[in-house]
Amino acid sequence: MNAFTSEVQHIWNLDNYRLLWDQGAYHKIAYRTIGIAAAVTAADAILAFPLGYFMARVAGGRSRAFVFVAVLLPLWSSYLIRIYIWQLILANDGVLNWSLRKVGLPAANIGYTNWAVWLIFTYVWLPFMILPVYGALERVPDSFLEASRDLGAGGWTTFRRILLPLALPGVVAGSIFTFSLTLGDYITPLLAGGASSQFIGNVVYDSIGSQQTPFAAAFAVVPLAVMGVYLLIARRLGAFEAL
Amino acid sequence: MESRPTRIALTVWSALVVLFLWIPLALIIVYAFNKSNVESWPMPGFTTHWFRAAWTSEVRTSVWLSVRVGLIATGIALVLGTMAAVGVVRFRFFGRETVSFLFVLPIALPGIVTAIALSSAFEASHVDLSMWTIVTGHATFCVVVVYNNVVARLRRSSPSLIEASQDLGADGWQTFRFVVWPVLSTALVAGGLLAFALSFDEVIVTYFTAGAQNTLPLLIFGYIRLGQQLPVVNVIAFAMILLTSIPVLLAQRLVRDTGVTVRGAAAAAQAQG
Repeated sequence: MNAFTSEVQHIWNLDNYRLLWDQGAYHKIAYRTIGIAAAVTAADAILAFPLGYFMARVAGGRSRAFVFVAVLLPLWSSYLIRIYIWQLILANDGVLNWSLRKVGLPAANIGYTNWAVWLIFTYVWLPFMILPVYGALERVPDSFLEASRDLGAGGWTTFRRILLPLALPGVVAGSIFTFSLTLGDYITPLLAGGASSQFIGNVVYDSIGSQQTPFAAAFAVVPLAVMGVYLLIARRLGAFEAL
Repeated sequence: MESRPTRIALTVWSALVVLFLWIPLALIIVYAFNKSNVESWPMPGFTTHWFRAAWTSEVRTSVWLSVRVGLIATGIALVLGTMAAVGVVRFRFFGRETVSFLFVLPIALPGIVTAIALSSAFEASHVDLSMWTIVTGHATFCVVVVYNNVVARLRRSSPSLIEASQDLGADGWQTFRFVVWPVLSTALVAGGLLAFALSFDEVIVTYFTAGAQNTLPLLIFGYIRLGQQLPVVNVIAFAMILLTSIPVLLAQRLVRDTGVTVRGAAAAAQAQG
């Protein structure tokens, strides 16, 4: 960048990458982003798997259709609004603390912390995990589970040796969304996070605001590279057929 | 079959997850009637005052811009997405697998990457940010939705239908009008509805491709960030939840039991991230 005209100069060099590498603060932001993305993915998988199983194998036709629409509608309702309502819920004088007080528990002041960011991301991306997991579980033939039982496997063994491997592509497909969407977001950390909730996206957002496009582009390469590696692994696990 | 305790546990877990998804949405519907302009809980009382107060000129302008952007981006996506889908499904050519992969890839890209890519591309080619740069950005992910829907439909319909039509002497236009169109029409309507819904809600990429003008999500983003006009935000939220349910339920009916909606929903990832 030209210090005098503050116009971006097009020179090929690695200065922007070196800046990223040398500053510990950027490392911390990258780790935080990737760590929270992983935690969100894990939480969504744990929430979604039993629900997907319920939809695919336990629920009757009517209740399955009902749950399907109940998952689909939040997915399509406004993303900003869903973050905003959680801001209100988690605020000091919000619904959460009010309910906790009603049942005699101490207030949980998690508004504007990394916990809030994690919780909101988990909420917002949950339907993206449920749908592919449900799709994968629905394709597991009943006869496989019966065969496993006939051969003397208990419920846990059947789950671990038969169901989980067959449903794994669905979980991985869902995780592509939850992981990638969290990785590339700046809105939730900005609106619902605190001073130490900066994501890679926020640095990019601020850099663009201060006319430092080249540096922003360099930092955006980090999520791109992480996703590239992630997709390679996902393809080996057969997730692309489950998309 | 699962044991009884397992089934009960699964049912309870599922009910809790559905409640987790829906309690916040129910709350925002209640908040739209909040008497106070301080959004604390419990609310001091109810009013319908904000419903009249919310329709400001700022809101009107942004809604109108969002509608125009959504319609144009959806139109572009319908044309390009359908042509690409027909090309990939009906013909074999060099690099076909790559093309189909490249079409689906943007779903998996983090939103900030798409955003900075578009923003620096516009900057480098000296294109001023305007409504048309927003449309360009939205069209990139709307195409994916339409493409996915049309590909799914074409894969399930037999190419011999078209051959039969040609054998019976129909020309290209007649084959399209009486054979291809009836097969594709509901997939196109569903894809178009989903594409419009995505465009109408998009904020991550839009922020980087909009100039001075505000789409509705950008306006809400500004309000929430500054903590201003929250009663207006509540009312918009109320209206948006009701309005988005309509296209979703419609699209759901059109492609019922085909799994197309699941694919379309998957493509939503692109718009939101």
